[in-house]
Amino acid sequence: MTVTEDTKVEMLSGGDMLIRALSDEGVDIMFGYPGGAALHIYDAIFRQDKVKHILVRHEQSATHAADAYSRVTGKVGTVLVTSGPGATNAITGIATAFMDSIPMVVISGQVPSDKIGQDAFQETDMIGVSRPIVKHSFMVQNPEDIPEIVKKAYYIAASGRPGPVVIDVPKDLTAPNVTFEYNYPDSVSMRSYNPVQKGHSGQIKKAVKAILAAKQPVIYIGGGAIHGNTPELVTKVIRTLGYPITSTLMGLGAYPSTDKQFIGMLGMHGTYEANTAMHKSDMIFAVGARFDDRVTNALEKFCPNAQIVHIDIDPTSISKTIPADIPIVGPAESVLTEMLPLLEKGKGKIDQEALTSWWVEIDESREKHGLYTQNRFDDKSEMLKPQEVVQAVYQVTKGDAIVTTDVGQHQMFAAQYYMFDKPRKWVTSGGLGTMGFGIPAAMGAQFAFIDETVVCFTGEGSVQMCIQELSTLKQYNLPIKIININNQALGMVKQWQDMNYDGRYSEILYEDSLPDFVKLAEAYGHVGIKVTQRDELKGKLEECFAMKDRVVFMDIYVDPNEHVYPMQIPLQSVGDMFLSKTERTA
Amino acid sequence: MSRRIISVLMENEPGALSRVVGLFSQRGYNIETLNVAPTEDESLSRLTLTTMGDDYSIEQITKNLNKLIDVVKLVDLSEGYHIERELMMIKVRAIGNAREEIKRSVDIFRGQIIDVTQTTYTIQLAGDAEKLTAFIGAVGEAVILEVVRTGVSGISRGEKILKL
Repeated sequence: MTVTEDTKVEMLSGGDMLIRALSDEGVDIMFGYPGGAALHIYDAIFRQDKVKHILVRHEQSATHAADAYSRVTGKVGTVLVTSGPGATNAITGIATAFMDSIPMVVISGQVPSDKIGQDAFQETDMIGVSRPIVKHSFMVQNPEDIPEIVKKAYYIAASGRPGPVVIDVPKDLTAPNVTFEYNYPDSVSMRSYNPVQKGHSGQIKKAVKAILAAKQPVIYIGGGAIHGNTPELVTKVIRTLGYPITSTLMGLGAYPSTDKQFIGMLGMHGTYEANTAMHKSDMIFAVGARFDDRVTNALEKFCPNAQIVHIDIDPTSISKTIPADIPIVGPAESVLTEMLPLLEKGKGKIDQEALTSWWVEIDESREKHGLYTQNRFDDKSEMLKPQEVVQAVYQVTKGDAIVTTDVGQHQMFAAQYYMFDKPRKWVTSGGLGTMGFGIPAAMGAQFAFIDETVVCFTGEGSVQMCIQELSTLKQYNLPIKIININNQALGMVKQWQDMNYDGRYSEILYEDSLPDFVKLAEAYGHVGIKVTQRDELKGKLEECFAMKDRVVFMDIYVDPNEHVYPMQIPLQSVGDMFLSKTERTA
Repeated sequence: MSRRIISVLMENEPGALSRVVGLFSQRGYNIETLNVAPTEDESLSRLTLTTMGDDYSIEQITKNLNKLIDVVKLVDLSEGYHIERELMMIKVRAIGNAREEIKRSVDIFRGQIIDVTQTTYTIQLAGDAEKLTAFIGAVGEAVILEVVRTGVSGISRGEKILKL
């Protein structure tokens, strides 16, 4: 038997195979933190230069950074952590990605195989701990399996409804002194995992009929419209129909926010026009949205007159909270591709008279209480308002920045007042609502697009949850701009305490313990700018964004008593809202 | 609300069972009985569980089970004609007159006495869950020393099969 060139196999250690497999999978960047059980893997990283490793300051940040990297690029984010505390610190970020369906692969070191179950140093059952918050997980048992497991992990993470996948690797299986044949598989097939590729054509036809027959329709899109890489298609469908469109927090940017057909975000802090239109609608056409509790308000009062057409790739999202009249299980892309010509062909059937009066009604709502027809906050007040900070940042960045947020009032103001005309520019923790997400997310986004402007809206509460990453930003020269909307309290909690607990401010104040954020930024080698007055806001922001190569921490003091409005009235319909501290819908 | 028998064909891999069980606690569904063992194809396990639920919750359960990567196929046996069996081993105090009485009950229920001492019988009984419960009632709780039940297994009648 003759041995030809291409039958020559490469012999690699487990650790080398792992990093090589990542490189063969197309991974160019990973975020991580070394530790005992991962040391062989880190040594393998040292021996190559294809996969760049970013050293964060806390494993939670590694997961958020990889998550954001995925959100802005559409690729799978990659994380490497050690066992025990390394693994458990990654949990919050994995849960964040899971709730928002973000594809991510998290590789965790594990204690050596013969120590598993012995309560060894830095041992945690990572597979067990992460089980409820991963799409799938693998415990490597034989080093030879590493290439195939990596291939499967990336396939599972990215396909179907995306999500995080954990690979737990016992230390001994990555040892440098034992080598194995390395072959990276070209493709993978799993008998137990076959994500749906196409919607049911009969259902699609039925849906088209219902959509065209509607008199008061609303198109309701969610994160699935972005994950499915369908914004262009979504836009075509929406323009073809001429119907009003609203978006969830996760779907912002899939359709241009400044377009007339866009009626704003819906839900708990959605616009008046979006929420009232939903409530009165006779047909809701949902694409990649999951009717979650921050949208629906009381389920039994949700959109009483509406027929529901629901496209989702995940059958468990359909009829989970709100029964769908016409469910379509399938990827938004293939379903909408099939739908579009049918809609174009049938659009003559749309009752234009009804649609026109529907638009008149919606435009009246916009005029009456809409966020974009006039300022619904006091822009002459003594103190700066958080809303105008977001507006000013929007103007200075010409609406073209990648925006990340933390969680709380500032997040909702950012969602309301920064208008996203393009997809994958808006990076926020929607499902889990993870404080501490903002800075690491901005870090991940800036790595993906080093020349773009990346803004992190945060608050003085959230920012302190992952503030150590100011050091990582310095190390890698990531010139993100931090807009700290400082209201000197945990604002969203305070709002709830104002509204539901008679203003009993339980544990939301810092009693003069807030750091001097300007000095703090400077201590990390960055620029800090404090703003307290309305008339200096624009100028200081311009100064901030002109510093293209520096991290700038804008500490902007705003009115501590401002609330986010509209706000849905608990236990009522989607259209019942508080509109200000003194007004509410009838 | 009704009792359902859900039969699952899944990868015989470590962690697969905990994913199924975890799903139930995570989503607030309950499991009444559960059993699992490899099939003739050792790479596959067959898991059977019974649960109480209305149509909505059963639909959610089956959808969520199907979503698990390790689950290959599943069927709600209670949707069609099926046979269910459960095995019980029950150890009872058997002294004096009771010995004959218990023996008669075992015969009536078509069970077998599989272990005997001067003071105890260990009885094996197979059947649907109701029959086993009826037998426990028939022998009287006072004499029962130990009860071991496997939980329900089930299979569809006729040509219908759950296979790859």
